[in-house]
Amino acid sequence: MARILVIAEHDGSSINPSTAKTLGCARDLDGAEIDVAVFAADASALAPEAAALEGVAKVLCVTDAVHAQPLAATVAPQVVELAEAYDYVFGPSTTFGKDLMPRVAALLGVNQVSDIMSVDGPRSFKRPIYAGNAIVSVSVPEGSKVVATVRTASYRAVGTGGTAAIEDVTPAAELPTHTRFVGIKTGASDRPDLQTAATVVSGGRALASAENFELIFKLADTIGAGVGASRAAVDAGYVPNEMQVGQTGKIIAPDLYIAIGISGAIQHLTGIKDAGTIVAINKDEEAPIFEVADIGLVGDLFAVVPELTQALS
Amino acid sequence: MNKILVGLKRVVDYNVRVRVRSDGSGVETDGVKMSINPFDEIALEEALRIRERGEAAEVIVISMGTADAQQQLRTGLAMGADRAILVDAPQGIDPLSRARAFLKVVERESPDLVLLGKQAIDDDNNQTGQMLAALWGRPQATFASAIEFRDGSATVTREVDAGLETIEIDLPAVITADLRLNEPRYVKLPDIMKAKKKPLDTIAIDELGIEAAPAIDEVGFAPPAERQKGIMVDDVAGLVGALKDKGLL
Repeated sequence: MARILVIAEHDGSSINPSTAKTLGCARDLDGAEIDVAVFAADASALAPEAAALEGVAKVLCVTDAVHAQPLAATVAPQVVELAEAYDYVFGPSTTFGKDLMPRVAALLGVNQVSDIMSVDGPRSFKRPIYAGNAIVSVSVPEGSKVVATVRTASYRAVGTGGTAAIEDVTPAAELPTHTRFVGIKTGASDRPDLQTAATVVSGGRALASAENFELIFKLADTIGAGVGASRAAVDAGYVPNEMQVGQTGKIIAPDLYIAIGISGAIQHLTGIKDAGTIVAINKDEEAPIFEVADIGLVGDLFAVVPELTQALS
Repeated sequence: MNKILVGLKRVVDYNVRVRVRSDGSGVETDGVKMSINPFDEIALEEALRIRERGEAAEVIVISMGTADAQQQLRTGLAMGADRAILVDAPQGIDPLSRARAFLKVVERESPDLVLLGKQAIDDDNNQTGQMLAALWGRPQATFASAIEFRDGSATVTREVDAGLETIEIDLPAVITADLRLNEPRYVKLPDIMKAKKKPLDTIAIDELGIEAAPAIDEVGFAPPAERQKGIMVDDVAGLVGALKDKGLL
C-alpha cells in the first residue's frame, strides 16, 4: 500500500486549512495510507486538531523549541528522515510549502511536482504552467519518491471527525543554526481569512488611495467577506502584500468573488479562476475582467459600491 | 562581500499570450519573443544595487540552456553584470539537474551570495533556489522583498501568506527575489555596446560531472478550461437580483 506523508502547516496555535486541502488531494490516490507530520515547539493543541482531519491514519509530532517558527532549513532535514518510510511527501502550495518542499525534494534526490491540480494516476498528475495558460500532464518515474506541493484552490478541505493516533517522533537529523527567525508582521484582522472565505471582495488600482479602500472593507464587512486586492493596488501601497490575489499572490477559490475596480490582468485572473461565481464592477466596459465574470456591472465604483453596501445591509 | 552569482533564465516574454500547440505536444515557442525571466531580472537589479553601494565587488550572471541564452546573458551584462557564464545544457533541463549544475559553478566561483528569481514564469516550478540551497547546505531566503547585510549575515524580509516575515541568514546563502524587491533598470544603448566586450564563458554541462536527476516526464499539454462570459446587469438592483437568483445572497 502506498504511504503518504503530509506536512502540516500551522501558525503555532492552529492547523492551517491548507493542510486539510492537501489531504483532499492525497485522498485522491487510491488506497493510500496517509499520515500527517506536525513540526512545532508545542504540539499539544495542534496534534489533536490534525488527528481529527478525515482520512488521517497517524499524526507524527516532532516537538522542538526550534520549530516555534518552522523554517525550511531546519524542518527539511527532519522531513527527509521521516520520508524514508513513505512513497509520497506532500505539502501545500502556500509560501510555507513552496519554501520547504523543494528543499526536501533536493535532499531526497528527486524533482518536485509543483502545484498538483489533479491526480490522474498513482504517478500521474496535472499542474498549471505559464501562469495557468497551459496545463501539463506529468508522470513521475517509477522507483523514486513523489515529492509534491498541492494547489490548494483545486481541492476541498477534508472534514473533521477523524480519530488518528498521535505519535511523538524524534528525528536524529542535525539541525543547522545558519537560519534564524526574527519576526513577522501581519495585518491582523477579524475578517475571514482570504484563502478560506466563502466570499471575497477585492479592490484594484481604481480605488486610487488607501483611504478609498475603506469602501471595499465596508462592503466586505456587510456581507462577512474576506478582502483581497490586485497586484496594482498592493504595488501602489493601498493595502499590504498579504492581500494580493493572483499568480504571485494568493490563488483562491471562494464561492463568490467580487472584483471592484480591477481590470483583470492575466496574472490576477489566474488567482481566481476556480471561484464559483465572479462578479465584476468596473467603469471600463472593455476591461478583460468582464470576459470571465459571471455577472458584470459597468459603473463608477464610487457610486456603485456604497449603493451595493446599502442594499445588502 | 566578494562575489554575487545571479541566475538568469531565458523564458517566453511575459507579455506574450502563451498558446498550447494544437497537437498538445507543448507550448508554441517558435517565433515568440524571449526575455530574461522577470523575477531573475529583479534578482540581478538587486545584485547590481548591492555592488553599487560598495557591498560587493563583482556580479556574475549565469544561465543554463542552449546557446540562445547568450542573448539574455548579454542583456544581463548590459544591465551592469561584470561577466557571464553559460552552462550549455539541453533545453528544458529539470530543476534538480539545474541545481546540481549550479552547485558545481558555485564551488568553482565561491560566491558569498546567490540571487535568483523566486520562480520562472514558464514552468512556474519555484524549485531551483531552494534546491541549490539544500545541496549547498546553506540558508535560503525565498520571496525576498528587502535585503540588508551586516557582519557576514543578511536580514531578509520575505513576502509570506501571513504578511512580512523577517529572517536572518548567515552568508553564503541563496536569496530568491519577489516582485517588490525593486524595479529593474532599463538598458541603455551604450551599455549594450559595452556589454559586447565583457567576458562570457561557456561550460558544457557534461564538464561539470553532475549526476542526472530522475526527470519528471511531461506527457501532454492542454489549454486551461475557459470560463464562459456571463451576464451584464444595468444597476445595483440588477446585481442584487442576479446574486439572489444564484442563491448567493
